[in-house]
Amino acid sequence: MSWLSAVPDPEIPVLTITDLGIVRDVTIGEKVTVDLSPTYSGCPATEVIEQSVIDALQENGVDDVVIRRVLSPAWTTDWISAEGRNKLREYGIAPPEHGASKRELLQGSHGIACPRCDSTNTQVVSEFGSTACKASYKCSDCLEPFEYFKCI
Amino acid sequence: MNKEQALLAYVTRLGDNALVLGQRMVEVVAAYPELEEELANANFALDFIGQARMFYSYAGELEGKGHDEDDFAFLRDENEFKHFLLLEQPNGHFGDSIAKLLLFESFYLLLLEALTHCADERVAEIAVRAQKEIRYHLRHNTQWFVRLGDGTDESHQRVQTSLDQLWQFTGEMFAPDEIDNIFEAEFDGPDLFKIRETWQANIAAIVAEATLLLPDDDHMASGGKQGRHSEHFGYMIAEMQYLQRTHAGASW
Repeated sequence: MSWLSAVPDPEIPVLTITDLGIVRDVTIGEKVTVDLSPTYSGCPATEVIEQSVIDALQENGVDDVVIRRVLSPAWTTDWISAEGRNKLREYGIAPPEHGASKRELLQGSHGIACPRCDSTNTQVVSEFGSTACKASYKCSDCLEPFEYFKCI
Repeated sequence: MNKEQALLAYVTRLGDNALVLGQRMVEVVAAYPELEEELANANFALDFIGQARMFYSYAGELEGKGHDEDDFAFLRDENEFKHFLLLEQPNGHFGDSIAKLLLFESFYLLLLEALTHCADERVAEIAVRAQKEIRYHLRHNTQWFVRLGDGTDESHQRVQTSLDQLWQFTGEMFAPDEIDNIFEAEFDGPDLFKIRETWQANIAAIVAEATLLLPDDDHMASGGKQGRHSEHFGYMIAEMQYLQRTHAGASW
């Protein structure tokens, strides 16, 4: 597990895959089986992450690695660890704040705190951002734009 | 048709719907006049392609002949694709795209919600993942549909025309065939009549909010689910499959 916690997310390298909560299980037998949950169906990082896990384990002398994609239960932003959320904030991305409820997905998020000045006086600039998992916001107090990691 | 054949056909069809709509949306990537909509379209297209991959991978396993997701996408002929006619319709203008997405995704979300309770574990798992994505799309597309309908005279009139023209393709989404019936009976699958009732109520409310008129159900086109497609689809897969057909087995 500590070897895996050194594997960065290719889209947001400040986070590791264990911060993201996508490593679901590791089984050590004749082979090492790692269960990973994809984040979005079409996330282009899925294959890169799988290859990085294989590389990380091989560097540590584990040659026989099997990756399993586990779809259920589906990954949710609720699984991002507390440490992961702090790292995101320090990196300038507002972490997902509330639970990924139906209401949240249907109505959107309000009062997202600015990762720079903590003000909740912020507004949505775009529901979509540089990757599928982020939205673009602007802080009305410090006037800085920032990205928000959407709840899903 | 036995239970196993019906499951394979059902899963393949889910993949076809996702791929064809995703491919249509890919055609207009980098053509949007605004960055936000550009990103929305590209993000949504990516979700659909991702869902198609999950359905096709599973279909390949069910079929057991060693076909992978790419074989399903690139090496099947026109009449082997069983998606809805609605999804192969050309992109048209922005109002056409939004109306198409609204009509399909309002149905697709209800279908996926029902599939999360079906007896086939893998389909249920994919549905759990996919429904979250579609819910997010639908919020965006519903807002746009209402904004266009309840917008200027020009946008109101144009999106009303989009709705009127696409409406004839909505009937086949709810018309169960043998595959739907077997899937419902054997795998605790969705009840399309129930889904239709909810869909009609939801769409009627959104259309009213958009100050538009609901079209009549007098003529409904069908055939997509049986592989009989409109002329548009031939051009579409010709472009999509060109590389694999010309340079078989080409890879990155």
